[in-house]
Amino acid sequence: MRLRYLLPAIAFLVVAVGLGVGLTLKPREIPSALIGKPVPEFSLPAVEGRSGSLTTADLKTGTPVLLNVFASWCGPCRVEHPLFMELARTTDVTIYGLNQRDAPADAARWLETFGDPYDKTGADFDGRASIDWGVYGVPETFVVDGAGCIQYKHISVLTRDVLEEEIMPRLRGEKHVPCEK
Amino acid sequence: MIAELGHFAIVLALAVAIVQGTLPLVGAQRGIESLTAIARPAAIMQFLLLALAFIALTLAFTGSDFSVLNVWQNSHTQKPLLYKISGVWGNHEGSLLLWVMILAAFGFGVATMGNNLPPSLRTRVIAIQGLIGVGFLLLLVFLSNPFERVFPVPAQGNGLNPLLQDPGLAFHPPFLYLGYVGFSIAFSFAVAALIEGKVDAAWARWVRPWTLAAWVALTIGIAMGSWWAYYELGWGGWWFWDPVENASFMPWLLGTALLHSAIVVEKRDALKTWTVLLAILTFSFSLLGTFIVRSGVLNSVHSFATDPGRGVYILAFLVVAIGGSLALYAWRAPALKSGGVFAPISREGSLVLNNLLLIAATATVFIGTMYPLFLDAMTGEKVTVGPPFFNATFVPLMVPLLAVMAIGPMMPWKRADLAGTLARMKVAAAVTVAVALLTLYLSGFDPILAVLGMVLGTWLVAGAAIDIGERTRLFRIPWRDALRRGRNLPRSAWGGAIAHAGMGVAILGITGSLSWEIERLQIMRPGDRVGIAGYELEFGGVAPVAGPNYDAVRGTFRVYRDDELVEVMTPETRRFTQPSMVTTEAAIRPRNFGDLYAVVGESNGDGGFATRIYHKPMINWLWIGSIMMALGGLVSLTDRRLRIGAPRRRTAETKPALRPQQQTT
Repeated sequence: MRLRYLLPAIAFLVVAVGLGVGLTLKPREIPSALIGKPVPEFSLPAVEGRSGSLTTADLKTGTPVLLNVFASWCGPCRVEHPLFMELARTTDVTIYGLNQRDAPADAARWLETFGDPYDKTGADFDGRASIDWGVYGVPETFVVDGAGCIQYKHISVLTRDVLEEEIMPRLRGEKHVPCEK
Repeated sequence: MIAELGHFAIVLALAVAIVQGTLPLVGAQRGIESLTAIARPAAIMQFLLLALAFIALTLAFTGSDFSVLNVWQNSHTQKPLLYKISGVWGNHEGSLLLWVMILAAFGFGVATMGNNLPPSLRTRVIAIQGLIGVGFLLLLVFLSNPFERVFPVPAQGNGLNPLLQDPGLAFHPPFLYLGYVGFSIAFSFAVAALIEGKVDAAWARWVRPWTLAAWVALTIGIAMGSWWAYYELGWGGWWFWDPVENASFMPWLLGTALLHSAIVVEKRDALKTWTVLLAILTFSFSLLGTFIVRSGVLNSVHSFATDPGRGVYILAFLVVAIGGSLALYAWRAPALKSGGVFAPISREGSLVLNNLLLIAATATVFIGTMYPLFLDAMTGEKVTVGPPFFNATFVPLMVPLLAVMAIGPMMPWKRADLAGTLARMKVAAAVTVAVALLTLYLSGFDPILAVLGMVLGTWLVAGAAIDIGERTRLFRIPWRDALRRGRNLPRSAWGGAIAHAGMGVAILGITGSLSWEIERLQIMRPGDRVGIAGYELEFGGVAPVAGPNYDAVRGTFRVYRDDELVEVMTPETRRFTQPSMVTTEAAIRPRNFGDLYAVVGESNGDGGFATRIYHKPMINWLWIGSIMMALGGLVSLTDRRLRIGAPRRRTAETKPALRPQQQTT
């Protein structure tokens, strides 16, 4: 048996081990490492055509906020978008939009077409801030308390159930996780 | 009652599959006729049982039998019939049933049509196919029973995801599965060949039609998915490098490589172990795709409701099936003797280059898809890999592939004269240069990419035309004779040329639509006009429309050209209640060289509506090119030697352009 014929099997073994570990990770679950941690330091310009910026300071204003990571190239973002529109219309929850790795014009167009529920937006062109936020896949939604401490993270499409059972209580200050230093 | 019948059928199919996968293998090894004889009837029986189960589930869906859990979760009485039927495979359990049924159908095909196969090879292929069936049937019966009952019986179902309620998407999964699962036959042939220790030209000739059929189905399936994304997602994109898109694209790339390397085995008795490995890998990537979609390890629009038990099971099955076959490969492949030698510059050489580039492209896609998962597994760090990665790595690999693709089919076997081959491409080169200059003159946002894309596309189409022209000696002999030669050309030569030209047409479409797209975004009030690409679109306002299971807002655009009304476009925004979701139905009108594409969005609360209007030049070429690729595959499939299966006697002709064994590459 020559080694080169064994290579595919060895390569597959490595992949299989990776997949096995991957199975235990459950990407939809909260990476516990982030909960109870202060938000990362970042400063982003707003999406094209919008004024202002989104910085760490905006997350430490004393009121809890929702931070939604979205992109125009993301199909599922469209699915959850009406829920954010409804939230913006019917409540006074502060919603920030973190636009990930988008062409500026695409992001602006997307917001014009589907509506803009965000109080502030930040355009993360190179994905650097998203990495600091531990963004795994788009869309993702974070709850941050008034002191800038991450309370909750939801990966993939936001559903009404998750909104009502997990997110709204935390925005009201329930289930509070104290911030680690 | 019908549901119980279906349940009984899948349990019985599992039992039959276990018999089909074991006894004939033993029989073939020991030469026990009574055991090998089980293979064919078992394969036929397995297919009939699964077809019965599939019909049972379909009847439960069309009859809205909400006592079946699966129907209750995925159907609704108000849904149109088409989507009641497509709902059968619009969920994990039902799609798995479709999957195993297609798997059994391919086994059935070998059992009933494989009369010209050597008996021992046929027996082993059917047995391996049975073993794959066992793997999936265990999952179906024990972890994903589609016939589960629910009590008390709910009065109404939950409905199907509205994004899936679309004619394009209704048939997207069956075609994809035909492709994915079709590669199982190539896999079974490869494993059987490893057991037998023999790979020869005849083996390749049997593998090729099955692979080709699977490849055609996969091509259609992927194109349908893209087309759906184009008109349904409402921003005119058609490919997003989503993990699940990639999961279907990787087997396609490898299947394409396999199609080509099988030719070398057949014609030249070379690349044997490589082709066997490719056959195993192609189906392995189909299995990997199944794992990605159904285990939930990666986030994607396509993910089914996931269950950790299934993920663990599929991974275990992956280890047994892929790990087992690769171990068998490591053990047996060194014994396979390789035949023909060839110079680097030759038909074989160009096919090896094709394989290398396709493998590299697959590796690129694989790394981009799995990197986030592996990084997370190793370091806990979480990242995303977006389209920019794929554009930067995948596209450069395609450039040499497409460049060589045009001249490969014109090279003779064994040893080619590069200068001579290129000399025959003079006309193609001239046309290509003309197109390059024209592109430069018109070039849009990115002249380099636009010129590159147009040049490669033109080069391919012209190359395919010259290939056929050379073989028929068009313009050199009277056209009547050329026509006769054309008729007598092997179908595979035609198929290859059509498929290659189709790829060129698709590349032109991609390039054109990316380079010269025009978009107009604005708030429009009724009566407002917008000009785009020589057309004027007048917004006629919106009106509510009731659909069978949704309410829609329909916008109207009157399209004028030189003040003459040419079209009326009516994009819709549909609001489904069961389950609650909003979908966009873009209005698309193919006009001359491009699509007019209109979407009506949110109201601004002041009588105006956000509207988006695109002109997408040449986008239809992408669909036409995809159809040509599939058509080329079908034409090649009708080739005499694939139908007959017997080696075709070589005639005395020696001129490279006319050699009868020349065929698709």
